[in-house]
Amino acid sequence: MTTMAPDTEAAYEPALEAAFDATVAADERVEPRDWMPDAYRASLVRQIAQHAHSEIIGMQPEANWITRAPSLRRKAILMAKVQDEAGHGLYLYSAAETLGTSRDELLDKLHAGRQRYSSIFNYPTLTWADVGAIGWLVDGAAITNQVPLCRCSYGPYARAMVRICKEESFHQRQGYELLLALSRGTPAQHAMAQDAVDRWWWPSLMMFGPPDDESAHSAQSMAWRIKRHSNDELRQRFVDICVPQAEALGLTLPDPDLTWNEERGAYDFGPIDWSEFHEVLRGNGPCNEQRIAQRRRAHDEGAWVREAASAYAAKHGEARA
Amino acid sequence: MSSPSTAAALALGDDALVLSHRLGEWAGHAPVLEEDVALANIALDLLGQARLLLSLVGDEDELAYLREERAFRNTQLVEQERGDFAHTIARQLYFSTYQALLYGQLADGMGPLAPIAAKAAKEVAYHRDHAEHWTLRLGDGTPESHDRMQRGLDALWRYTGELFEPVDGLEVDTAALREGWQAGITDVIERATLTVPTGPRRGGWSAGGGRRGIHTEVFGRMLAEMQHLHRSHPGATW
Amino acid sequence: MTTSRSDWPLWEVFVRSRRGLSHTHAGSLHAPDAEMALRNARDLYTRRSEGVSIWVVPSAEITASSPDEKDPFFAPAADKPYRHPTFYEIPEGVRHL
Repeated sequence: MTTMAPDTEAAYEPALEAAFDATVAADERVEPRDWMPDAYRASLVRQIAQHAHSEIIGMQPEANWITRAPSLRRKAILMAKVQDEAGHGLYLYSAAETLGTSRDELLDKLHAGRQRYSSIFNYPTLTWADVGAIGWLVDGAAITNQVPLCRCSYGPYARAMVRICKEESFHQRQGYELLLALSRGTPAQHAMAQDAVDRWWWPSLMMFGPPDDESAHSAQSMAWRIKRHSNDELRQRFVDICVPQAEALGLTLPDPDLTWNEERGAYDFGPIDWSEFHEVLRGNGPCNEQRIAQRRRAHDEGAWVREAASAYAAKHGEARA
Repeated sequence: MSSPSTAAALALGDDALVLSHRLGEWAGHAPVLEEDVALANIALDLLGQARLLLSLVGDEDELAYLREERAFRNTQLVEQERGDFAHTIARQLYFSTYQALLYGQLADGMGPLAPIAAKAAKEVAYHRDHAEHWTLRLGDGTPESHDRMQRGLDALWRYTGELFEPVDGLEVDTAALREGWQAGITDVIERATLTVPTGPRRGGWSAGGGRRGIHTEVFGRMLAEMQHLHRSHPGATW
Repeated sequence: MTTSRSDWPLWEVFVRSRRGLSHTHAGSLHAPDAEMALRNARDLYTRRSEGVSIWVVPSAEITASSPDEKDPFFAPAADKPYRHPTFYEIPEGVRHL
């Protein structure tokens, strides 16, 4: 047995790098103890951490409605969904740990604002219909992004994504079903559903990230097969999926430019307001401060609990070993 | 279903409904992510029990969302605010120990609640185990956690007497329930290096009216939040 | 395991999905001790009825073969096809072999 640290002697490295390149090129998986370029490791940590943070920050806008869910059936569904998000966060932090980065380290960076999470969760959930819009559009966009990640070149990330995608399919369906009930309900319920879709549509499209020609990390990630499709490709795929789904819901998407383009075999859609995206990313969204403050508070207020359990384990450890 | 057992199903259903709601308030606030998942599991079990029990009485949503505070039959113990993690664990210890014994008795009987009790008994056994493990760790952890856990046990003690008040249609051996409960919590509390509270557990106005529809002030606010959306759209389906 | 006071160690979780199958690696989690690790694993990895039995192992206790030793470890097995039944030719029509 040897340590995790790779042999870094200069003469040896080209061979290791060649082995890594060959693994990726052959569409095989890179595993935790394999040699990998530092930049690949850093890029993965950045992406997995952002993904994990998004799951746990993403609990907040939906948990906001657990205590007000309008039927017991909906309440059970919503609680199970928010619980899944905590679970998904855990799977992803575990994947990041295989790269030598502890969860505590990543949480510290999140709390200090040094690592990001998906900007979408900086928007508020103002009505019950927002829970439906998040399920349908936000989870829908997330799934479009995530399904290709099940084949990502890094084994632990790919395996976590397989589990997450399997569990996530119920998330999108429950959101769609929730909106359908509202759309077919009273005029007030229908209006609530339409308003939510109007507010969540554009931020959902922004979830795929900046256009390909402006995306900082895209090209390298695609070469390493961390990423499989470009931001714009995935965004187009999502729009094409959503248009008929919106029709079936009896709701409209807030884009007057949305038209079928026979030639491209896809929907054309209007320009995205990237200035808003960048503002939210910069911390000026409606809920940025609130989300991080709640995360920090939960973490700080839980410190004594975590310390207590560690102290108990230390006291009683000998008896068990 | 006859009306005495309807009253029993309502009382137990309300307990489960209200405690599930209070545990649901932890979502996104737990001391560690693993505990977010654990508390949600317990809340979901309780919500499932509530739905089964309330459905024996009538429409689950009408019962949950359209009754006034005075019509709820849950104990005052379950309606108290969640407090800090120690407070929540203290309540879980008191209540899950009670539920485990109660459902055990009901499951062994021939009453109309036996099938639901048999299913719930397995869930509740896990809730009790969860509460026991945390009581031990908080009680015998750090000086701070020890103090907080003791405070939680002390603060909620006065609401525990009500657990053993007779409920119409609930065919249980109350003496055995009380004895088993006292033995169960005493064992855990002492192993956790904590002290079993000794104050009064009922009497006067202070506690013990939940089963008769007398609740504490915090319950009205909880219901206002829980029922507001449903009541704002009369007759709507969700 | 070296941990700060509130930094819980990492555990690897193995789940038997149903009777008759081996435990397989499901993932990892943090817990202060083995008892809590089992319970956290139950809550996290079997909430959709994925398991009937769980093992947890401190991650630090796992000894793994090194990728550097991949060749000496695993290559020598590659040239011994006589360990596999397909290596042997059997006349057509001979059964139960």
